[in-house]
Amino acid sequence: MTAIQTTSKPPATRDTRPWWRGRPRPGERGAEALLVLAAAVSIATTGSIVVALTGPTVEFFQRVGVTEFLTGTEWSPLFRDPEYGILPLLVATLTVTGVAIGIAVPLGIGSAMYLSEYTRAGTRKALKPILEVLAGVPTVVYGAFALFALGPLVREVWPGREQPAFQNMLIAGIAMGVMILPTVASLAEDAMSAVPRSLREGAYALASSRMQVSIRVVVPAAMSGIVAAVVLGLSRAIGETMIVTVAAGSTSNHVEWNPIQGAATMTAYIAGAGAGDLPVDSFDYRTIFAVGAVLFGFTFLLNALSIRMVRRFREVYE
Amino acid sequence: MTETTMDLAPPPNAEVRAAADRIPGGGPPADSVLELRDVNVYYGDYRAVRNVELTITEHRITAMIGPSGCGKSTVLRTLNRMNDLIPGARVTGGVRYRGHDLYARDVDPIEVRRRIGMVFQKPNPFPKSIYDNVAYGPRVTGMKVSDLDEVVAEALTGAALWDEVKDKLRQSALTLSGGQQQRLCIARTIAVRPDVILMDEPCSALDPIATARIESLMVDLATRYTIVIVTHNMQQAARVSHRTAFFTAEVDEHGERYGKLVEFDQTEKIFTNPARKQTEDYIAGRFG
Amino acid sequence: MTEVATSLTRRRFRPGEAAFRLALQLCLLVGFGFLVFLIGYAVHRGWNRLDPRLWENMPSGIRSRADVAGVQSALTGTLWVITLTALICLPTGILSAIYLEEYADTTRWYNRLLELNIQNLAGVPSIVFGILGLGIVARALGLGFTVITAAIVLSLLVLPVVIIASREAIRAVPQSIRQGSYALGATRWQTTWRQVLPAAVPGIATGSILALSRAIGEAAPLLLLGAVSFIKFNPDGIDSAYAVLPIQIYNLIRSPHAEFQEIGWAAIVLLLAVLLVLNSVAIVIRNRFGKRW
Repeated sequence: MTAIQTTSKPPATRDTRPWWRGRPRPGERGAEALLVLAAAVSIATTGSIVVALTGPTVEFFQRVGVTEFLTGTEWSPLFRDPEYGILPLLVATLTVTGVAIGIAVPLGIGSAMYLSEYTRAGTRKALKPILEVLAGVPTVVYGAFALFALGPLVREVWPGREQPAFQNMLIAGIAMGVMILPTVASLAEDAMSAVPRSLREGAYALASSRMQVSIRVVVPAAMSGIVAAVVLGLSRAIGETMIVTVAAGSTSNHVEWNPIQGAATMTAYIAGAGAGDLPVDSFDYRTIFAVGAVLFGFTFLLNALSIRMVRRFREVYE
Repeated sequence: MTETTMDLAPPPNAEVRAAADRIPGGGPPADSVLELRDVNVYYGDYRAVRNVELTITEHRITAMIGPSGCGKSTVLRTLNRMNDLIPGARVTGGVRYRGHDLYARDVDPIEVRRRIGMVFQKPNPFPKSIYDNVAYGPRVTGMKVSDLDEVVAEALTGAALWDEVKDKLRQSALTLSGGQQQRLCIARTIAVRPDVILMDEPCSALDPIATARIESLMVDLATRYTIVIVTHNMQQAARVSHRTAFFTAEVDEHGERYGKLVEFDQTEKIFTNPARKQTEDYIAGRFG
Repeated sequence: MTEVATSLTRRRFRPGEAAFRLALQLCLLVGFGFLVFLIGYAVHRGWNRLDPRLWENMPSGIRSRADVAGVQSALTGTLWVITLTALICLPTGILSAIYLEEYADTTRWYNRLLELNIQNLAGVPSIVFGILGLGIVARALGLGFTVITAAIVLSLLVLPVVIIASREAIRAVPQSIRQGSYALGATRWQTTWRQVLPAAVPGIATGSILALSRAIGEAAPLLLLGAVSFIKFNPDGIDSAYAVLPIQIYNLIRSPHAEFQEIGWAAIVLLLAVLLVLNSVAIVIRNRFGKRW
């Protein structure tokens, strides 16, 4: 046999505790405490957001009635006779978001379908990073591009008699649509790729063409995942600030549905007012928080919806 | 009896084998290392393994055989509390190691695993150098060693790998062949100087030549360590083990599949003259 | 017989199929085309000012000396803020991910709440983080409009990105590595620190780079946190006032003077170049070192 002197008994530990009790491991406890602390930061963040919004919002509603706030059609906190109806901000948000969704949904789903159903893994691997770069462009750059590049272009080709304004919701919406395109495309592609092969093969075995399989088999099977992608894109669009601040304008007193006009969205108002238009600690300063609370509420609901839909989708296929 | 066994395969180490023959078949012998009394393993509410009674004897190789799903790997993992790592897994009954209840409240599973090591089905070397793989155990368990290089060399020699790797200790362990990787995992295990080595189908991912080397290594190791091996390969159990436990899967009155121990005896007895019909059917290949 | 044979061998041209495929390709092409157009336009507008003046000089007043104005204070400000952001959000995010993957029993309600909370935080608009910074960090904690306030807010903003990416990387480490380590008597932290984390480094690095590039380009929350004015000095500490590149760009392109707008476009090209390099590094790391098992 080999000349090794290995003992079969474990080496004696220095302390007198029985071996099975183990050694005290303060490092282990310390590490675990550190991990819990780190994880608590994200909970504290949400808590802080709620706290930051609540106080000033409550103070705001002590002076302004909820009905006035939700149904008023004038938003002019800076005027001598201030009006606090949020509808102008809400309508501008919806208009810009509508344009963005109108662009991002067809393009995003089309791109996703092409990547998932028409390309091989190698091609997909080469194409997806380009979409990621598109998602990585800072939104202030999108805004500048919309204002200075898309603006003149749109004014040139606009068929109507009324000329689009210098800052308008249409160009902001187009840029925003491209900004959320990668989000929609990537999530929708995930959903389509997760559809089991067997489903596709079943359809191909019935002499379906690729288009028929894509539209009639893959899309219905991936539907809740695709909807989740759209909802998340919607939430991103509603919360986007820089594009609308730069390209859609930061003032609006009345309700404006026309996309070729300029108007301030909820986010643009917060950015404009918070960037120094309002004296700190004035009553109007609270408007930032009240509008912020509405914005937070909207996106919270949309995110929750999206998370639910993704989960439902995963339960079916994973 | 010995002749019959010789027909199956010659035992690589006749001396060890002869010693095994002297152990009486029934009753726990004096030098028992691990004792399982009425052990049940639950996954959540599901009782996967039921009422296992088993005694593991010092410096012997105990084999656990049986069809897949019979719970043999699950039982193996109760012996060093690897089951703790599966969420929802729970063990009831007595698992005693040298007289201590392994599942008592004050037992530290980390200390248990230092003494009862494990080698897995698929070789799982760490993505580090050969040297660092072997040195990992002594380092993390805070072993007081005067010379780590010596410990590594000893362990690699003990695992019959030293001559093949002594010139490339700094190379990645992932460059080794499958059989070498598995011997490295054995070296890694003996470097912490365990008392017991558990092996979960250690050869199922290896070719026949590598398998033969691991088997002779096991018999060699049995002079210093107590070994428990799970295998689906009956010939392997017959070749290397002194005692064999046969497990099977059954379905209870609620339609739940569970694993149970059918028979536990000396290996010759199990393979030549089993007491139970189920065992005989399985050995003879008349089994699902 | 022959009829069947010919119908089998003849590959029919389906105009609908071809048009559909083309339409899908166009969808993808629009996105790519937009990107090319955007980069081309920015280079076109900023090319003349893409010279050493950009990073050698401080910003200049709107009315005077556009020819010597640069963005140095914004560049150093971004460097300060992002370095601090990395120091805050990477450890926090990676440790949170370790907690969720290696320690937490995710059947417990509080851990599920934690997961849900992180998913939701990932979707909170960045301007809301600005409100958090304004109400809590700058005012309640009294840190004011400083480098550290900006870094804390940006850290919290990109924290979910770091956590989600790190969790994926940690989850991809095979279970056999953990079991091998535990079977040798390693503790949970030893297993995590010596086996799991090293194996997850490429994935974590990719996620971290992407998170930091998002922080570099972020402007909205900082609008509320005092990073608006044309600051003409470099930050000299974490309690210093600051400007960052995206905010400087925002100010420059809104200028009524073409010369200042041009500086803004040059700064955009610089910012895009930095982000493009970071993105490429992240993608290379992922493709080269990802999925070793």
